[in-house]
Amino acid sequence: MTIDDLLQQSGSWLAPGTDHGPVISSRIRLARNLKDAAFPGWAGEEECERIWKELQPVLLSVHAGSMLSAFGMAELKELDKQILFERHLISREQAEKGKGSGLVVAADESVSFMVNEEDHLRLQSIRPGLDIVGAWRMLDGIDTEIEKSVSYAFSPRLGYLTACPSNVGTGMRASVMLQVPGLVLMGEVNPIIKGVSKIGLAVRGLWGEGTEAVGNMFQISNQIRLGEREDQIIASLEQIVLEVVEHEKNARVRLMEKRESLVRDHVGRAYGILTNAHILSSKEALDLLSALRLGIDLGILKPMNGRVIDELVLKTQPAHLQKMEGKALKPKDRDKARASLVRSEIARAAKSM
Amino acid sequence: MLCESCHDKEATVHLTQVVDGSVEKIHLCEECANKSGFDLHGPVSISDILVGMGGALDQPGAERSCPRCHLRRADFKKTGRLGCPVCYETFTAELMPLVKAMHRSEQHMGKVPSREDVRVRMSAEIASLQKELDDAVAAENYEEAAKLRDRIQKARSKAAEGGGKDS
Repeated sequence: MTIDDLLQQSGSWLAPGTDHGPVISSRIRLARNLKDAAFPGWAGEEECERIWKELQPVLLSVHAGSMLSAFGMAELKELDKQILFERHLISREQAEKGKGSGLVVAADESVSFMVNEEDHLRLQSIRPGLDIVGAWRMLDGIDTEIEKSVSYAFSPRLGYLTACPSNVGTGMRASVMLQVPGLVLMGEVNPIIKGVSKIGLAVRGLWGEGTEAVGNMFQISNQIRLGEREDQIIASLEQIVLEVVEHEKNARVRLMEKRESLVRDHVGRAYGILTNAHILSSKEALDLLSALRLGIDLGILKPMNGRVIDELVLKTQPAHLQKMEGKALKPKDRDKARASLVRSEIARAAKSM
Repeated sequence: MLCESCHDKEATVHLTQVVDGSVEKIHLCEECANKSGFDLHGPVSISDILVGMGGALDQPGAERSCPRCHLRRADFKKTGRLGCPVCYETFTAELMPLVKAMHRSEQHMGKVPSREDVRVRMSAEIASLQKELDDAVAAENYEEAAKLRDRIQKARSKAAEGGGKDS
C-alpha cells in the first residue's frame, strides 16, 4: 500500500455516510514502552532505529482485520506526512520526526501504530459512531498479541510506564469526536464544555491538543489514566457522551421550534456560499459544511448525498487538496482550488440522490 | 479570590506545583502570572507544573542522575519527559506527588501484561480488589465486601505460591 492508495478511501475517523448523529467516531489510544530501552526522546537515533527495526515485523504480523503496511518517517515526503496527519494516523510531533520513527497502518485505517513518537509505541483504533468499547476490544486484543513478543515497561504500582508521567497507569486515552451544531447555534456549548472539563475530561478541537473547534467538532477524552480500570474509564466517558448527545438532540428540536428562521438562514447562507464561492479558507469550509450537514439532517435542504459532504471535510484539507491537484499550492491558490472542488462536489452530491 | 502575589486583582490563573514533595496550588492574576513567566496560552505543560521543583534542585546532591539512562533531574524539569523506565525508580520521591496530583491516585488498576510474573499480576489484582472492598464497606454493602475479602485472600495465596515457583 502507498500513501496515494489512502486517498482512494475516505478515512476512518470521519465515518462518512454512516448515520452517525452527533457522534462521528470513537477512538482508543494506548501508550506502551519497551522494558529495556530509553524512551524515544532521550534515546539516540541509533537506538530508535534498532527499536523501529525490531518492532516492525511484530506490528506487521498482528491481526488487525486488514493488510498492514509500514512507513519510515525518514522516507516519507513532507506532503505525505501531512496527509497522514490530516487523516489522524500520525500526530504533528510524529510528522516532524525522521530516522528511527515510523507508522504501521491497516489498509482500512481502523488500526494504526506510531513507533518512537513520545513513547516507543502508540497504538490506535478508530470505530465509526459511538463504539468506544469496540475500539477498546480491538486494541486490547492487538496489545496482548504484541506483548507475546515484546516485554513492556510495567510497574505493579504505576502500571504501564510512559515518557510523560501524565500517561502512566493504563496509558489509555479514550476519545469521542462529536459534531454539535445545535448546541453551538443555541449558544449552549460553552457551559457544557466547562461542565465536562470539571469532571476530569478533556475537551479539544478537531486536530487535538491546543486546537480550536472548527466545523462544530469537538473531541471529549479522559484525562486520568491511573487508578481506574480501562472499562470503568470507558463507561464513564460513554455516559457523559450520551448526555451531550441528548443535549444536542434537544437543542436541534428547540432550534426548529423557537428559532426556525435563524436555522433556515444559517443553512441557506452556508449553501449559498459553498455553491458560489471562488475563495474558501479551510476553516470557513469546515464551518459551512457543518451547517450544510445540519440542513440535510433537519430536512431543510433538498436531499443530498451526505457521504459526499462528509468526505469533503477531509478532501478540503491543505495536503489532500495539493495531492489531488498534483502540485504544491500557495495558501491563496489552495483557497481557490478548495472553492472549486466544493462547488463541483456539492453539485455531484445533489445529483447522486 | 484575589491574586496571591499583588493582593489587588482577581486571580484568574490557577496553577498546581510541587514544592519539596508536596502539592501546592497558587492563584494569580494574569499580569502577575505573565511576570513569573508562565506560558498561559499554550496547553499547560508539565514543565510549568514542575517550576516549583526549582528550590529542591539547588540543594546539594540535586544532580543525581538515573543509573541506567543518566537523565538528570534538571533534564526532566526542562522537558517534562523521563529518560527510561528506570527513571520512575530513580526519581520516585519527586514523581509520586506529581503523579498523585495529575491522576488523583497512586495505584494502577487496569490491564497487566500477561508476561509479568504471577506476583506482579496478583499484586495489581489485589490492589484493584482492595479498592472495590473499600468502596463496598463505605457503601455498607457487607455481603459484597465479604466476597471481595475472600477473593483477596485467594489472590494473596496465589501470589505466595507463584513467588515460590518463580524464585
